[in-house]
Amino acid sequence: MVMVNLILILLVGGVLALLSERINENMPRKIALGIVVIDLLYFLNHLLAMPEFNQLQTPLVADPSTWIMHFKADWIPAFGISIELALDGISLLMVLLTLVLGAVAVSASWTDVIVRRGFFEANLLWTLAGVLGVFMALDLFLFFLFWEVMLIPMYFMIAIWGHENRGYAAMKFFIFTQASGLLMLVSILALVAVNHSATGQWTFSYFALLNTPMAEATSHWLMLGFFFAFVVKLPVFPFHTWLPDAHTQAPTAGSVILAGILLKTGAYGLIRYAVPLFPDAAMEFSYVAMALGAAGVVYGAVVAFAQTDFKRLIAYSSVSHMGFVLLGVYAWNELALQGAVMQMVAHGFSTAALFMIAGSLQERLHTRDMREMGGLWHFMPRMGAVAMFFVVASLGLPGLGNFVAEFLVLLGLFKVDPWMAVIAALGLITGAAYSLLLMQRSFQGDLNPKLADHGLVDFGGREMLTMAVMMVALVGLGIYPQPVLDFAEPVLQSLLETTP
Amino acid sequence: MMFELVWLIPFIPLCSSVLLMLTAGNLPRLLIGSLGVGSVGIAALLTLITGIYFMAEPVPFELTLWSWMQVGNFAPSVAFYFDGLTLVMMSVITGVGFLIHLFSTEFMDQDHSYARYFAYLNMFVAAMLILVMADNLLLLYLGWEGVGVCSYLLVGFWYKNSANGQAARKAFIVTRIGDTAMALGLFLLFTELGTLDIQAMTTVAKETWQVGDNMPLIACLLLLGGAVGKSAQLPLHTWLPDAMAGPTPVSALIHAATMVTAGVYLIARTNGLFLLAPTAMMAVAIIGIATSLMAAFTALMQSDIKRILAYSTISQIGYMFLALGVGAWTAGIFHLMTHAFFKALLFLGSGAIIHCLHHEHNIFKMGGLRSRMPVTFWSFMIGSAALAALPMTSGFFSKDQILLQAYLLPGMGPYFWIAGLVGALLTAMYSFRLVFIVFFGKLNIEPDRDTGWRMAIPLTVLCGLSLIGGYFVIPVQAVFPPLSDEHPALWVEYISILVPVIGLLLAYLIFHSRQLRVDGIVDSKIGQLLHRFWFSGWGIDWLYDQLFVRPYYGLSTMLKSEPVDAMYSLIVAINQTFNQLLSEAQSGRMRWYIVSMVFGLLVLISLALQISPEVL
Amino acid sequence: MEGLNVPLNHILLVSSLLFAIGMLGLMIRRNIIFILMSLEVMLNSAALAFVAAGAHWGQPDGQVVFMLILTVAAAEVAVGLGLVLQVQKRFKTLDMDYANRMRG
Repeated sequence: MVMVNLILILLVGGVLALLSERINENMPRKIALGIVVIDLLYFLNHLLAMPEFNQLQTPLVADPSTWIMHFKADWIPAFGISIELALDGISLLMVLLTLVLGAVAVSASWTDVIVRRGFFEANLLWTLAGVLGVFMALDLFLFFLFWEVMLIPMYFMIAIWGHENRGYAAMKFFIFTQASGLLMLVSILALVAVNHSATGQWTFSYFALLNTPMAEATSHWLMLGFFFAFVVKLPVFPFHTWLPDAHTQAPTAGSVILAGILLKTGAYGLIRYAVPLFPDAAMEFSYVAMALGAAGVVYGAVVAFAQTDFKRLIAYSSVSHMGFVLLGVYAWNELALQGAVMQMVAHGFSTAALFMIAGSLQERLHTRDMREMGGLWHFMPRMGAVAMFFVVASLGLPGLGNFVAEFLVLLGLFKVDPWMAVIAALGLITGAAYSLLLMQRSFQGDLNPKLADHGLVDFGGREMLTMAVMMVALVGLGIYPQPVLDFAEPVLQSLLETTP
Repeated sequence: MMFELVWLIPFIPLCSSVLLMLTAGNLPRLLIGSLGVGSVGIAALLTLITGIYFMAEPVPFELTLWSWMQVGNFAPSVAFYFDGLTLVMMSVITGVGFLIHLFSTEFMDQDHSYARYFAYLNMFVAAMLILVMADNLLLLYLGWEGVGVCSYLLVGFWYKNSANGQAARKAFIVTRIGDTAMALGLFLLFTELGTLDIQAMTTVAKETWQVGDNMPLIACLLLLGGAVGKSAQLPLHTWLPDAMAGPTPVSALIHAATMVTAGVYLIARTNGLFLLAPTAMMAVAIIGIATSLMAAFTALMQSDIKRILAYSTISQIGYMFLALGVGAWTAGIFHLMTHAFFKALLFLGSGAIIHCLHHEHNIFKMGGLRSRMPVTFWSFMIGSAALAALPMTSGFFSKDQILLQAYLLPGMGPYFWIAGLVGALLTAMYSFRLVFIVFFGKLNIEPDRDTGWRMAIPLTVLCGLSLIGGYFVIPVQAVFPPLSDEHPALWVEYISILVPVIGLLLAYLIFHSRQLRVDGIVDSKIGQLLHRFWFSGWGIDWLYDQLFVRPYYGLSTMLKSEPVDAMYSLIVAINQTFNQLLSEAQSGRMRWYIVSMVFGLLVLISLALQISPEVL
Repeated sequence: MEGLNVPLNHILLVSSLLFAIGMLGLMIRRNIIFILMSLEVMLNSAALAFVAAGAHWGQPDGQVVFMLILTVAAAEVAVGLGLVLQVQKRFKTLDMDYANRMRG
């Protein structure tokens, strides 16, 4: 029931935020922040109260009773559709990441959103609810439902509060996600039908659908359906083109959620569904997937290098970083998978922070064009220092979370395919090139005389606090990543056993 | 027990750095300076105490702080390993580091970003200490990248000039290329040997691999990639001359005394692996001597005081590589230490000149400073003597050892020795060219001040160290395999001693007394061409620009407009075409709709009849 | 069964003719009133066929459907005439070719 409550709190909170706008237009953001924090505390409180939480056992993938939490209630029994939620180490990490970044996103929208604030915060909370659902649903029908639920409020956030080219970006985002989602729906239905013809039972439950016997060709096609939905979301080269537009045009809070959390649903889907449901097909496919991942790492970095738009550059850096996740997942050994999970968490923080910086710059300068920036450190040393921190985090400085992630992915990958690791390692060099260029063009370099008139204000308390949370998180992940690794370890172990 | 507290040595500068960052320059200047200098001072003191304990009972010591991460059998710890080599490196870092910090308080006195400077510099010292103290290669890599970032931050310290930013990025990215090779080396070593712990790894490697196997060769070449990047050796040396854009004490600390020698340290530390790969050792030696000569020629042509010193650093590190490559590990590390003394001295001296001469870098605009800046003059005299390896200076002892050991190498040895002698001759020439042009002759620019005590003390101490450093005995016998007691013939030793003196004489005749006229050669066409070629550092920057930088910019600009998106735009375009065609049919006239419906119906019915006439 | 004994084929032929006339009217007339009338003719042709078929098979279904068609026709006329009024009001004409605002 805890898991249902987590989602309900956000859904109801969204309605509250929407209604509270009539009382006071500053009310929605306070309510939204309160709701997310309450949700987080509620979750933590419940977790810490669980006696078995301290000694995580290795769950059996197919046996929900060994998971940390499990909830099941009938929904449409005629088709074997139920409200089935479950939580294991990876979902737990993702839920925590979602709630923390959710609070960050509300903070990012604090002064950024000035029209229809109630509806904005409502959309934000509903997106979060959808994401939580995606991370916890273990009934494929319910999973698909949440997959769509998180999409629609996001569409509104881009389409209503976005920047100059928002209509195009929102539509592109919607069509890409929707089209790939449909492929997944077809796969889900076909999988259920295959399972029905084998066992005579209608069920959408993940646990029942694991180990569905099927012909080799069938499993290839069904796997591809899932794969497309997830890699478009991740996004992977060459399905990434929605992302730069969506990220660039979205309001700051939207970018934070999009980059910090929504992308991770793709990675989560790959780990949870695309591989375990079709282990043989996925393993045969792994070279193609790894090649796409390596191509994405290099391609994203090269394209990011040429960008002049601050947010667009960060968006392409996400393409590059998510390539590492794909590599990690399809290298499919413990090291690489741990790296992929780590990358999901660390990239969530580092990119969210960079997008917030981009948003703050846009708010102050009314432009994202780096050609009109330069020497900003002089006016805003605090913001500059924070930006420097996250830039070196994103280029993989050891001691910060992103390094642990990339190192583990590459180390695991090297065991599987050294040449692929060599190509992906090029991303470390090209990553440094675009990251430092970002810093150079915005915060360092010659002073742009026009900027002095803007009356630039440095980061204030709220912004520094938000940034501090993420900085502490990244340093923590960098020098003592063990807690995160420990959460993921038993799950990954059991997942690894599902494949030959 | 002292050893359990060694973690304090990097921790104290780190704390000071974090404190300076958090307070963001809101502390009084005196406190900032005291924090910056004091933290490194305490670290130096602790190193000294640890050293005394260690010398009393020289047993290597390991200290594990915590398990960094554990994934399967990949379990690197945050752990330190302390032996003679570590002690030498730590002494250099904290000792020379302390002097340079002290020097900086005067050099940076007028700068706005006083606190930022010391924050970065302290961070650098911490990272460098972690690098040399690390007990596994992953932690070493942390320090390795950490010093890289600090170097980036400090080279681009005066960020408002975008040329500095350019130099800083170049420094970071070029070394990153090497670092990536090194990371791949780490992957390979872990995959093959199952550990990154340096001591354990060496043991396992000796059991798994034979001398001359391919695996250790590849692994060593990858590690060497990291080392040449960090230590500015061919082909990744191009960043170091540009890195002189940073404040001069930074160049002294990072780009002369400590960080650039990290590559030497890495190879020395993993000597167990390199011994398994003789080809890799040979590569180290060849890279070393080639770099050394290349840089020496270039240094002879430069006019910027700091660039001369930068190329000289590249050249001297080349000697260290030569030493490592021929198996003269101790000599290499010894030269590392003496080089740290005299090169830091020279850089600080040049810093003093630049500080007192309105940031003038061009040596031809200087001159006659001998009487105006006596401390600096003597620093340069002693530093240059040591650099040129004149007898009885510290550089003499270390470089002589390297050359003699190189001579003893079977096969290539004598060639290395001759090349090394040519390098030594050039070294003496360019270092005294600098001295004669800057300190003798007529006064061109009047210095507006002389050095204060905070500059004078470090210079004096380093002068002393440059003179007597050659008599130190470094406690690294236990770290490296023992050398044979063989000695080369006496004439070899005499020539080795004589060559630098000849270089000094030549420099005197050409650049001071002008008795030896070289104008004819210099002004000839070939001379001009060579001059330009060497001045530009053998055109390597130009070559890389054409080969890598421009194509990368070109590729990136080409991809900026997203060719992949064109594919999706095509789908959109096809849809739009159909949309237009179909919307033409939507004429809005009802009669047209009805007529088309009727015709459609007729076609359908006749088709149906065609297919199955039996329905009628 | 007494009374006129017209063969089913004849009735169906008449019904088809009526249908064709209605359809032709639909296709060539521009005035909306005539279009509605043509529609009416087509509906009735179908109704006629139903009644005839019902009589032929001796089943009541034909007449039931006829009743249904009658109702539909009445409803259709009601809506149709409403539209006629609106068209007249907006376009000041009953020529349907001018009411082409839905052009794509």
